[in-house]
Amino acid sequence: MHLLEVRNLTVSFDTSVGLFHAVKGIDLHVDAREVLAIVGESGSGKSVAMLSVMGLLPATATVTADSMEFDGRDLLTMSAAQRRKIIGRDVAMIFQEPMTSLNPCFTVGFQIEEVLRFHLGMGRTERRARAVELLRQVGIPEPEQRLHSFPHQMSGGQNQRVMIAMAIACSPKLLIADEPTTALDVTIQKQILDLLVHLQAEHGMGLIMITHNIGVVAETADRVVVQYKGRRMEEAGVLELFTAPKSPYTRALLAALPENATGDRLPTIAGFNPEDLVAQ
Amino acid sequence: MTAVLEARNISRDYHVGGTLFGAGRVVHAVKNLSFSLDRGRTLAIVGESGSGKSTLARILTLIDRQTSGELFMDGAAVDIGRTGVTRDMRRKVQIVFQNPYGSLNPRQKIGDVLMEPLLLNTDMPVAERRERALQMLVKVGLLPEHFNRYPHMFSGGQRQRIAIARAIILNPSLLVLDEPVSALDLSVQAQILNLLADLQDEFGLTYVFISHDLSVVRYIADEVMVMYLGEAVEYGSRDRVFEAPQHAYTRTLFAATPRADVESIRARLARKAAAAA
Repeated sequence: MHLLEVRNLTVSFDTSVGLFHAVKGIDLHVDAREVLAIVGESGSGKSVAMLSVMGLLPATATVTADSMEFDGRDLLTMSAAQRRKIIGRDVAMIFQEPMTSLNPCFTVGFQIEEVLRFHLGMGRTERRARAVELLRQVGIPEPEQRLHSFPHQMSGGQNQRVMIAMAIACSPKLLIADEPTTALDVTIQKQILDLLVHLQAEHGMGLIMITHNIGVVAETADRVVVQYKGRRMEEAGVLELFTAPKSPYTRALLAALPENATGDRLPTIAGFNPEDLVAQ
Repeated sequence: MTAVLEARNISRDYHVGGTLFGAGRVVHAVKNLSFSLDRGRTLAIVGESGSGKSTLARILTLIDRQTSGELFMDGAAVDIGRTGVTRDMRRKVQIVFQNPYGSLNPRQKIGDVLMEPLLLNTDMPVAERRERALQMLVKVGLLPEHFNRYPHMFSGGQRQRIAIARAIILNPSLLVLDEPVSALDLSVQAQILNLLADLQDEFGLTYVFISHDLSVVRYIADEVMVMYLGEAVEYGSRDRVFEAPQHAYTRTLFAATPRADVESIRARLARKAAAAA
């Protein structure tokens, strides 16, 4: 049994000009202790697919799937209240912009402790001790003092560490990271990726990395799903993907990397119809 | 041949804070930069946030003046603090910004976007301005019928093409590109990099290319300058900088860049398997 298994997921949005299908029949699964990368360009539906798992899509979205199971429990038929108990505790998510995903009005200590209070019902002193321990785990110096800091008093990299601390607060079984390093400098990106992979291995979590950055895929993933315009183009082990990409789209994507350039112009991606390329 | 751009010991200080009761402090955003750039070449400036690369871009594009040091464009000394900015100076240097969603006025039609630099900086009659704008649209890979459309009708890549067209319509000798592809998808990035290479070949443009993406820099640059806390810690030809980086910070930067080659992936998977065993 997989930790998360989604079959034939479709997400459509009701817009003023009719239905827009953001995700069109995607299958994916992730196991415990596995790093899955979902890679795609903007509009590929990679974030929307994961937001539907988290139940964070707006009311205009319609989610259908043949099945959506997490840890043996059916997420589709579950009530909203039951789902809230799982989301944030057993499945946690980190977003792209650390500066906007934290609440500017509360200290980071308060925000971490809120998670512990809500999901684990911890008492005050216990919460405080656990928050300090979490900040230490994600590599923030002087955690006792840092608990009293507001998000604007810390750097982008440190705020992202706080987000990670909140996400792992309840020792989730699955962590979903949506472009966790896109807003950060490369040296900080390296630190955050190393931290995520380290925590994933240490806690035996499943980790889903949503990214458009091929380099991040190469540095972190065990297995990769390539998406394009709401369709799954390819699924492969990371080494297989880079050595023998099966889908023409993946091949074009890899060829467009500047580091793979051979001539004095880059090959460009054009004229793909995703419907013709769907991985079987 | 005189260099299109030459900087000698350029510095820029900013005074921050400072109230009635206490002096502020001085931030040295850019410290003693010297470089020169020949026609048709590309200088890449690499650095993280706070390294001073955008301050340098503001000085080069005559938005901000240097606090000290000398700047030469086409052999002529430029000090906007003393002389102000003339139309001739404006025509020599133009800029393309990172975010094509923010750098175009949403209420201005594309044709007007392209004609405005001509209106402000030349005495060209309206028919000629229109003619040139249409030519430029085609040159950057758009169509004449896009002339009367608004920015929201275009994708990010198309908007960046419009921003590039606006920048080169005055025939500048120097184009400053401030992270021009970092907001774009990989496939669109390739198209824009190709367009920049085509335009450089055709018009002999000189580029100052500001970026934090080392793989893009390695692909496009002739010369590379690495900035750290306002200083140039490394400056040399692309091959020299990438093959034999001298400064510890440059090496840190290279080590932090994700590697997408097969050997690196093999090595990582091997390390992971060893750790799990």
